[in-house]
Amino acid sequence: MADLKLDQIRKSYGAVDVLHGIDLDVKDGEFVVFVGPSGCGKSTLLRIIAGLEDITGGDLMIDGDIVNTKSPRDRGIAMVFQSYALYPHMTVYKNMAFGLKLANHDKSAIDQRVREAARILQLDKLLDRRPSELSGGQRQRVAIGRAIVRQPKVFLFDEPLSNLDAALRVQTRIEIAKLHQELKSTIVYVTHDQVEAMTLADKIVVMNAGNVEQVGSPMQLYHHPQTRFVAGFIGSPAMNFTTVHIDAVEQGKVTVTVPGGAKAVLPFDVPAGDVGKDVELGVRPEHLSPGELGDLSISGEVDVVEKLGDSTYLYLKLANGDRFTVRAPGHSRIKIGETVSAAAEAGASHLFDVDGKAYAKLECPPEYSADE
Amino acid sequence: MMTKNIRREDMSRAVIVHAILLTYTLVALYPIFLVIINAFKSRKGIFSAPMSLPNAETFSLEGFTKVLARSNFELFFFNSFTVTVVTIVIVLLLASMAAWALSEYKFPGNTWLALYLAVGIMVPIRLGSVSILNLIVELGLINTLTALILVYVAQGLPLAIFILTEFMHQIPKDLKEAARCDGVGEFKIFFAVILPLIRPAVATVAVFTMIPIWNDLWFPLILAPGDGKQTITLGIQQFIGQYVTDWNAVLASLSLAIIPILILYLIFSRQLIRGLTSGAVK
Repeated sequence: MADLKLDQIRKSYGAVDVLHGIDLDVKDGEFVVFVGPSGCGKSTLLRIIAGLEDITGGDLMIDGDIVNTKSPRDRGIAMVFQSYALYPHMTVYKNMAFGLKLANHDKSAIDQRVREAARILQLDKLLDRRPSELSGGQRQRVAIGRAIVRQPKVFLFDEPLSNLDAALRVQTRIEIAKLHQELKSTIVYVTHDQVEAMTLADKIVVMNAGNVEQVGSPMQLYHHPQTRFVAGFIGSPAMNFTTVHIDAVEQGKVTVTVPGGAKAVLPFDVPAGDVGKDVELGVRPEHLSPGELGDLSISGEVDVVEKLGDSTYLYLKLANGDRFTVRAPGHSRIKIGETVSAAAEAGASHLFDVDGKAYAKLECPPEYSADE
Repeated sequence: MMTKNIRREDMSRAVIVHAILLTYTLVALYPIFLVIINAFKSRKGIFSAPMSLPNAETFSLEGFTKVLARSNFELFFFNSFTVTVVTIVIVLLLASMAAWALSEYKFPGNTWLALYLAVGIMVPIRLGSVSILNLIVELGLINTLTALILVYVAQGLPLAIFILTEFMHQIPKDLKEAARCDGVGEFKIFFAVILPLIRPAVATVAVFTMIPIWNDLWFPLILAPGDGKQTITLGIQQFIGQYVTDWNAVLASLSLAIIPILILYLIFSRQLIRGLTSGAVK
């Protein structure tokens, strides 16, 4: 186990820059999740850490050593692939033992490690089977087992749950979380699924177009997104955004006009120069209460109603045409076509400037804060 | 109704396809069948009723006894076998390694090298017979099995590399990368992961390589016609004369010559198992 340090990592394919200088510190035993949309460079970054891609610029340190030019086998990493990538002609046991055998480990030591990994992953009864005789979830566990037996400094997971069906995905996710508690190992995990990121990570790295947008704990990202991108990416259903007009700024308060003409006073540190500009307001669906009035009220016509049982999602069409999702209680009787007003506390809102950067929130009620 | 029609169409198509294949099989096998039945007949039997099966009157093993007594049949056999097996081993080893390099590693000239090797498929090696003969003479390898092996390796490599490269491309990239992360060295990845996975392709290439070598008359005739170095196809020629051909002996030795190649074929065809990569990914 070890810490991992990325210093201005850059990667280009010919003239195309894929990663533009990534800095990151991963502490020993930390579970870090890279999350972002397709093509944001998260998998490339993971493959760079693994040593499967060359580094164009910057330094990569594992356990204090610069490993830029080291081959994957010399980096002390183990990687679990999305496609499992098991050796099809070997049994489960041999799949897990193969790497160790080549490293000239003692036979009894190999056996002990493989059986221990099999016990942790509940593969004991499957050791003599071949990958083709296993289900998807079992194959993924074998792939994880193959990583465990190597006792690597850093575990790398490349979208390991993407090929599993929904139920198995939840189950395997929980198993990975338990595994991390048990092994206390450093894990870097790539996914495009923000739910996986939220549930598994100690630290989430949100990436977009080859840059790190924000690094933080799941709750920090949820409550204090630094950019509009992060705000929109983290949380499900996604945060609502609409354009508001800045009317006035005074004493750590900003007065804005929301679509439909209503005014709201919000606790953001907005420079006086931004008065008169159109900026973006963000509110999460779960922080809006339908049929009420509050610090921030917004109204619109109900377009679509989704009943999930425990809650109902209302899709409002605002005066300016933007869509707002509102979470209503499961027993809500609101119907399509009704005009509904929804309210949020001022502290629950987010305000982003023209460049998508968040304005600092000056007062934040504890229920909307990541501080514990 | 619709499904029934489709099924009937499928059915008739299957019948036609099988009829064509069956006809072809009969056409291809009939000469071999004739060779074998006539090998067990007396000379008189062969000439009076070449198409009929041997009966009590015409049955004779005189061809076989002649072949085994009057010629170095075992030696010819051994020569052919040595040349074929050694060539297969060398071709498979070199071709699969070259194919791995061409498909897996990026290096300058990769495409040109692949193209250069592929050209060998289109140019028949016999066009170069004269220069090959000169070369072999200069090397002092005339009348040796080594000469034959070298030429056959050159003849077999282009197609083998071409086929194997295509198969190597099909191996999932993740599998190689998983092995690399697993601490497996490049040579070990090739021999312990890649080769077992392309075993069906290797077997196919082995069959493709083996048959023309076993049947070849040309190069044994010009490169190793000397006593004790003849291959089976060349050895049989002693029974074919300008005026008299000893058909019993020719047919008997041809029948015998089929056996080893048949055994080799059966060994390789057992490796032609499909779907070996299933379970690797997804």
